[in-house]
Amino acid sequence: MLAESLALTAALFIIGVMGVLIHRNAIIIFMCVELMLTAVNLTFVAFSRFYGPAGQVFVIFVMTVSAAEAAVGLAIIIAIYRHRQTVNLKDINLLKG
Amino acid sequence: MDQHYPLFYVFHFYLFGVIALASAIAFVTRKSPVAAALWLVNTMFSLAALFVMLDAQFIGVMQVLVYAGAIMVVFLFVVMLLNLGHPSELADARGKGWKFAAALVGLGLLSEIMVIARTKLPEQLIVPRDFNEQQLQKLNAVGTIAQPLFKDYLLAFELTSVLLLVAIAGAVVLARGRAAGAR
Repeated sequence: MLAESLALTAALFIIGVMGVLIHRNAIIIFMCVELMLTAVNLTFVAFSRFYGPAGQVFVIFVMTVSAAEAAVGLAIIIAIYRHRQTVNLKDINLLKG
Repeated sequence: MDQHYPLFYVFHFYLFGVIALASAIAFVTRKSPVAAALWLVNTMFSLAALFVMLDAQFIGVMQVLVYAGAIMVVFLFVVMLLNLGHPSELADARGKGWKFAAALVGLGLLSEIMVIARTKLPEQLIVPRDFNEQQLQKLNAVGTIAQPLFKDYLLAFELTSVLLLVAIAGAVVLARGRAAGAR
């Protein structure tokens, strides 16, 4: 089942990347990042079945990091919304050269 | 490396894989953030089922609790707090050029994975085939993870708590708002 898991991971990760590129809503882009992180978790779990349980430990770390990332990212989105009244990335271009 | 799997197992593996994939595609094509979040929860649930089938029961439980439970609730909470649930006024997809770029990046990543899939792992990295099953028999589902987590990766585990503390403080400071910040 390793090959199938890796193929599924690749497909999910690529769907996440395309979502980041296609969407303009900051919240949906964040969800796409979460999807990419979960897809990578599937790789860790699939490999941990063959290469020892250390992969599952890394999944725990990835989950922690993604939880922290979601908390901080959503706080940033709330702060931006207070300033700009929008989460559309087209309108948030303060740092654009 | 591949053992022989019973048909029942293979069928359900493919079933949950297809559900995860279809939900992910539905998630990416939604315009409303609430609908997208719910499709993403569906993807997370099917992935949790796959984790359980891959002998990672504890990870499957964590997936449901942390991702499908906590993180997605935070997302929906923000969507409803900011009143962003209306698909009409936002989330219009980008133009043709960006979609084309996204397709190119997707194809590039896919070809990269094809190349990686053909490489062979060095022998030293490979543990005995039934190592994980033995571990599961010896220490149960939680012990399999707890042993390395609290022995080999103890430092990383402790540092994670610092990361969470920083994230909590950062989130509170960022989301606190202007009125409280003026004090």
